[in-house]
Amino acid sequence: MAGRWKNDLNWSDVTPKAAWLNRRQLMAGAGALALGGIAGPALAKLNAAPSQYSTAEKPDSWEVVTTYNNYYEFGTGKEDPARNAHTLTTEGWQVEIDGLVDKPGTYTMDDILKGTSLEERIYRFRCVEAWSMVVPWVGFELSDLLNRVGVQSGAKYVAFETALRPDEMPGVNSRVLDWPYVEGLRLDEAMNPLTILATGVYDEPMPNQNGAPIRLIVPWKYGFKSIKSIVRITLTDTQPATSWNKANASEYGFYSNVNPEVSHPRWSQASERVIGGGLFAKRKPTLMLNGYGPQVADLYSGMDLKKNF
Amino acid sequence: MIFARPVNDFLRHVPAWPLYILGALPVIWVFWQGVTGGLGVDPVKGIEHRLGLWGLWWLIAGLCVTPLARVTGVRLIRYRRAIGLLAFFYILVHLLVWLVLDVQIPSQIWADILKRPYITIGMAGFLLMVPLAVTSNNWSVRKLGPVRWRSLHRLTYVAVTLGAIHFVMLVKGWQTEPVVYLLVVVMLLVFRQVRSLPGLRRA
Ligand code: HEM
Repeated sequence: MAGRWKNDLNWSDVTPKAAWLNRRQLMAGAGALALGGIAGPALAKLNAAPSQYSTAEKPDSWEVVTTYNNYYEFGTGKEDPARNAHTLTTEGWQVEIDGLVDKPGTYTMDDILKGTSLEERIYRFRCVEAWSMVVPWVGFELSDLLNRVGVQSGAKYVAFETALRPDEMPGVNSRVLDWPYVEGLRLDEAMNPLTILATGVYDEPMPNQNGAPIRLIVPWKYGFKSIKSIVRITLTDTQPATSWNKANASEYGFYSNVNPEVSHPRWSQASERVIGGGLFAKRKPTLMLNGYGPQVADLYSGMDLKKNF
Repeated sequence: MIFARPVNDFLRHVPAWPLYILGALPVIWVFWQGVTGGLGVDPVKGIEHRLGLWGLWWLIAGLCVTPLARVTGVRLIRYRRAIGLLAFFYILVHLLVWLVLDVQIPSQIWADILKRPYITIGMAGFLLMVPLAVTSNNWSVRKLGPVRWRSLHRLTYVAVTLGAIHFVMLVKGWQTEPVVYLLVVVMLLVFRQVRSLPGLRRA
């Protein structure tokens, strides 16, 4: 996008937080003990630029964002990903881009990030389980990448696939879902400026449990649409299969837009529990399209969202 | 079994009342952890889930008493009332946490009880436990007479089955843990029925 701030760092130039800490600890010698006590981000900055699309709401803490995750490849408990996802190797990550594109191929993270500028997008995040948080993602618009690889005219949908690594992902040994995890968007949803590929959070490289090194964020849809650790992006002319829809079509539709009026068969979606608010946090009414109606409601004009849930 | 006699002899000296106190401690522990951050960033669900699980454990423990006596000869019948009342207590607090800390909104509470099958089933399980808890005292046993009292308390089997089904239904997808609990419950119930089949030795 023209006029956006350009990042001249390569992905491989970014020092992972762990390595950075080690260096600091070596330098600081005895002071390292004190440093070890620091909980939180603000260490290996990605220097993402602010964005007009960010909400003014206060982001949840680093702890909330990185210890309360649904990433079933690493276990079904909310704390499992933070405990188990360290085994995921993200070095040498490659994304296969194929289907109806001009430049299909295998792209490294450097290829993907070349020429893009990272932005901080502070978005509301609403899970289908009726909880929510506010997350300061770092990423770039999916349309940037799609325009670079050249979407062919027949393409109508974008399909995504998560890595499947039984050796690194303890959760895939149980068949909660049909692995690998797959997701999809309509092309116009994918091209919307709110839709980003995120490579970080809190100005830090994406923690493994949040879907390192690159994941989708679609803030007006339930969290499970925002697929993690992407290894394949396919442009197609047919609506792609999506994991939760395959698992239970009556509970999870292809669109899965946040909608307080369409309840999940097993629970209401009219309100949400705000994570990080402690024991007595008040529930909050859920907003249509998670409050992103002004930007995305047009995508669904004339559609019955109760049927296309 | 050889150890049954010494164990039973020893247990004769162990009263049931300390079990009420010991059994209630985990509730305090769970809330303490929730308040001090020991349950992570979502203490409400953390407390709700742990209490539900403890309730199920007590219910299953109650179901184990008779099979244990039949297989090993160890008799824990004296503690079964405490186990059952603790199960009721945990599920009651589980329900209260859901009402007060989780759902909060009264109109949504009714909607959830009526419209959400897993809540309906959990609620049915809880309601069946109410008459059992109310009649878990010597006076009620005398008043009802042992036959009627025993048939009333067969409702436990229904309550624990509903509780286990509730667990299977509330998770997303087919997860192993709740299915294992349900299988354990079914096995324990089948085990009881086996006794009444002809040709088997009575315990
Ligand atoms: C026989 C009675 C019951 C038993 C044995 C039981 C047991 C359980 C268990 C084992 C869990 C899951 C724990 C975990 O995930 O580790 C659970 C969760 C839950 N139970 Fe119950 N329960 C019972 C009754 C009820 C009642 C009466 C209600 C409310 C009306 C209720 C509401 C819930 C809710 C809301 C959850 C959490 C669902 C979520 O994850 O959002 N339960 N229960």
